[in-house]
Amino acid sequence: MENQFIFTLLILLLPLASFLFLGLAGHKLSHKAAGLVGTICLGIVAVLSYYTAIRYFGSPRVDGAFQPVVPINISWLPLGKLSFDMGILLDPISVVMLIVISTVSLMVHIYSFGYMHGERGFQRYYAFLSLFTMSMLGLVVATNIFQMYLFWELVGVSSYLLIGFFYTLKPAIAASKKAFIVTRFADMFFLIGILIYGFYTKTFSFDFTDAENARNIAGAAFILPTALFLMFLGGAGKSAMFPLHIWLPDAMEGPTPVSALIHAATMVVAGVYQVARLFPLWIQYAPETLHVVAWIGAFTAFYAAAVACAQSDIKRVLAFSTISQIAFMMVALGVCTEATTGHGHEGSLGYMASMFHLFTHAMFKATLFLCAGCLIHAVHSNEMSMMGGMRKYMPVTHWTFLIACLAISGIPPFSGFFSKDEILSASFAYSPVMGWVMTGIAAMTAFYMFRLYYGIFWGTENKEHHSAHTPHEGGWVMTFPLIFLTIFTLVAGFIPFGKLVSADGQAYDFLAHFDWKLGATSCLIALVSIALATYIYKGEKQPVADRLQAAMPRLHKWAYKRFYLDEVYQYVTHQIIFKHISKPLAWFDRHIIDGFFNFLAWGTHELGFEIRGFQSGSIQKYAFIFLLGAIVLIFIMIL
Amino acid sequence: MNFLSIFVLIPLLMLLGLWLVKDQKGIRSVMVIGSTGLLILSVALTVLFLQERAVDPTSPMLFTASFDWIAPLHIKYSVGVDGISVAMLLLSSIIVFTGTFVSWNMNKEYFLWFTLLSAGVFGFFISIDMFAMFMFYEVALIPMYLLIGVWGTGPKEYAAMKLTLMLMGGSAFLMCGIFGIFYGAGGQTMNIIDIANQLNGAHVIDLAQQHIWFPLTFAGFGVLGALFPFHTWSPDGHASAPTAVSMLHAGVLMKLGGYGCFRIAMYLMPQAAQDLGWIFLILTGISVVYGAFSACVQTDLKYINAYSSVSHCGLVLFGILMINQVAATGAVLQMLSHGLTTALFFALIGMIYGRTHTRDIREMTGLMRIMPFLSVCYVIAGLANLGLPGFSGFVAEMTIFVGSFAQADTFHRVLTIAACTSIVVTAVYILRLVGKILYGVCTDEHHLKLSDATWEERFAVICLIFCIAGLGTAPFWISNLIDGGVAPIISNITKFTADASLNPFM
Repeated sequence: MENQFIFTLLILLLPLASFLFLGLAGHKLSHKAAGLVGTICLGIVAVLSYYTAIRYFGSPRVDGAFQPVVPINISWLPLGKLSFDMGILLDPISVVMLIVISTVSLMVHIYSFGYMHGERGFQRYYAFLSLFTMSMLGLVVATNIFQMYLFWELVGVSSYLLIGFFYTLKPAIAASKKAFIVTRFADMFFLIGILIYGFYTKTFSFDFTDAENARNIAGAAFILPTALFLMFLGGAGKSAMFPLHIWLPDAMEGPTPVSALIHAATMVVAGVYQVARLFPLWIQYAPETLHVVAWIGAFTAFYAAAVACAQSDIKRVLAFSTISQIAFMMVALGVCTEATTGHGHEGSLGYMASMFHLFTHAMFKATLFLCAGCLIHAVHSNEMSMMGGMRKYMPVTHWTFLIACLAISGIPPFSGFFSKDEILSASFAYSPVMGWVMTGIAAMTAFYMFRLYYGIFWGTENKEHHSAHTPHEGGWVMTFPLIFLTIFTLVAGFIPFGKLVSADGQAYDFLAHFDWKLGATSCLIALVSIALATYIYKGEKQPVADRLQAAMPRLHKWAYKRFYLDEVYQYVTHQIIFKHISKPLAWFDRHIIDGFFNFLAWGTHELGFEIRGFQSGSIQKYAFIFLLGAIVLIFIMIL
Repeated sequence: MNFLSIFVLIPLLMLLGLWLVKDQKGIRSVMVIGSTGLLILSVALTVLFLQERAVDPTSPMLFTASFDWIAPLHIKYSVGVDGISVAMLLLSSIIVFTGTFVSWNMNKEYFLWFTLLSAGVFGFFISIDMFAMFMFYEVALIPMYLLIGVWGTGPKEYAAMKLTLMLMGGSAFLMCGIFGIFYGAGGQTMNIIDIANQLNGAHVIDLAQQHIWFPLTFAGFGVLGALFPFHTWSPDGHASAPTAVSMLHAGVLMKLGGYGCFRIAMYLMPQAAQDLGWIFLILTGISVVYGAFSACVQTDLKYINAYSSVSHCGLVLFGILMINQVAATGAVLQMLSHGLTTALFFALIGMIYGRTHTRDIREMTGLMRIMPFLSVCYVIAGLANLGLPGFSGFVAEMTIFVGSFAQADTFHRVLTIAACTSIVVTAVYILRLVGKILYGVCTDEHHLKLSDATWEERFAVICLIFCIAGLGTAPFWISNLIDGGVAPIISNITKFTADASLNPFM
């Protein structure tokens, strides 16, 4: 079994090879050649990933569950009794992630041919994309928490490099720096969590069922909630949970395909994936802490949805929408109360719902971002006010965007409906309060998405802006990925996901347990929100919107300014850390500590200067002092 | 004659060669041949050592030899290597080799002092006699004064004087400490291994004496290891030193400090190390965090790197003082990693300074478009410095942290977590720097015409990056090599347990 999957090593090595090749020799290649190298490598990776999935889910179940497979695991760095291993772990969630990453990444590779056409540094761009893909794949197939951390840092740096791809632009530099530092700050907690976990459980491995590991883990039960929560903080940084989300909206300064790949579909769900990966521990040893995670998620979802309603930059709306949707996944994990399904109620339905939503969200959010890329490509601006009436010029973008909007709003039969409905079911199973909160946020989602949709494709056309340069679709390289991902969005809802992924590995037939009342309610609420958005934003003139804004100027401004959270951070980093810690420390170092040594040197020098007078070389002086000394001695003797 | 002595013999022959040759070409060929010889020798030594170690896994030192030098005073010239010194020799030869290419256009006198300095460094790492070690230590220090004072930049006389005086002050402590150990251990031998072998679970050196000599020896070496508050020579010294000297100094010479602390202070006075280690642990903890924060507001490229070195070298001493197999292995890995990374950094800073004639980060911007090769390498150096996986820093830091965490009491835990914060602060100053000088659009028209790296500069930089990435991607064998060297020292110290009444924080 293990040997059958050894080829999965290629899934990691091919993008790495492509990165090294493009990084070292890319500048000697033409744009087209460099792009082709990256894309072909990724194409092979995608084929291998699909093949892995087919083989894996085609293999027989043992006790009703798919067994984890470890094709390779080597000791990379010995750490005394512990060991830092590197390897590949295939289990239902990592295989699903392979599909998500390779699919979206391949589409982004193709799309970038059009979007990045003629840009300076095209080869570098593809090199970074390969680096990112390799790191992300390494993250999901990690066999232990330390390997996950290693690749976690690598995705962080690839994200940094790609956000700052346009390195001559000030906002891009600032955004890349911010993204890296904020996530690094969170990673510090992740690291401390790993250290605690490793010390008390004597293992880093994800193999929780191994007899010895299980015994050690049970022995460390008292510390596990702390360790897991610290690790979650690391995940909260990457997955943009409140209040560590501030880097994600700024990260939109990067090229749009990058936003689609990294900041919508893959890297930002790493935190969710991490919690899912450690789920057996969470549910067994830290269920209360897990519910804290759920509430953090719920607040984040609400906050981001509220902010998204007031943004005017289309990528920022999508960014806040991403934050909100990832928080949905977090909530789904957090509301789990049992390790198994099938006890009559949905104790761990959330686990499956979360992974399912991760999967469907990756597809439709990538579509939305790639559509946004097409629009930006066409009008050369991110602002909604520069668009309006775009449906006439860009039919493909229009239809794919609309389908993705319907999916994210939770309208059947699109994929988002199914995954979101499972999340709502799980939330209601946990507590009605959580259920209604999440339903409310789902309604907000539908509202701001359609506000965005009408703002771009309907509403007032910015004729002035469009007349200079008629907007048009990009070539097939840009429309093909849109259509491909939209097909996923259309059919993904019908994948029997519960049969593949569930908390205890047992096949779970969601449709058999489907709560039709809940489905109808959530669908109805979404439709009402859409209708409301249509009423407010569809027309050429938008009297209702203007009136609302005029009625609540402060609320609108606060939401537009993202509740001034960035300013708070700015204050803490610049005023407190720079001005009140680093500057005084540097001053202290130069003036007090160094001053002390300079004082020593000065004192020695002065003392030498004083003593120097005695070595005058004149005999009379020596004779005088000699005499003086002799007299003193005589006096002492006499006395 | 033991073949380890070739490490000192080659630099001496190089000195002779340099003295004889006349033109620049001659100087270059002597330097390149000599430093290549050293590099080959150290690689050969590593291979031989691993083979020999497989045969003889127990003796603390291999390839030992001893000759009477000043017999009445029991001073001998004794050599021998273990895993730690092999790793250090490898590091030194890499730095000397690349340093040669970086200082390609310097004159003969410069290279004479440079070679003398490296003779001292190699001698230090092969010696196992305290007196010989001390002598080589001084041989390595003195040339620094001239190298900075004559070929330096900025307020070079001040910097050279400060550096030399502070390090000499450290040597004074050290000498007291060494003689204290010598007499405390019976006054019969200066050989480290012999003294250590007498321990066998008992105090060879009287406990009261250990408590005096340990702080002196540790602080004496600690000055060179940039231990807070004796680190202030580092920013001024590095800022004024010529490029290759900065490389050698930060890359290798500062490692003498950590190496000496471990090999002499802690190995020979285990009980005192257990009892009083906490004082220095607090100081190193301060170094780690303080260095990182101070680096955040500096505006001179070299100052940033010097404070960064304070922080990273602090981590070396921090790892050692945890008195734990894993942490100490990590500390030695960190010596290697910091040596290579910081050498790369100083090399690049020198190259950039050679072109722009400024090191003030406020006066440079957008260099990426003008010197792409140097800038890309600078980014790589920065990422290596902030501990990105795939580079050596990650391996070293993680090993130290995992090891430190094994000390389960609150005192050690708090310090470990404080040290962990440095990884964030490091990211802050590195990215600030990269964002300011490399990214953006170049506005200074003088900078627009600057050229990218020459072939010898490229060669040196690529060699260093290759080593850093090699250590970062395949750490297994080097970690094993070091682990074997660390084990006897740690087991020697852990025979004793700390007297908790001496530590108010326990």
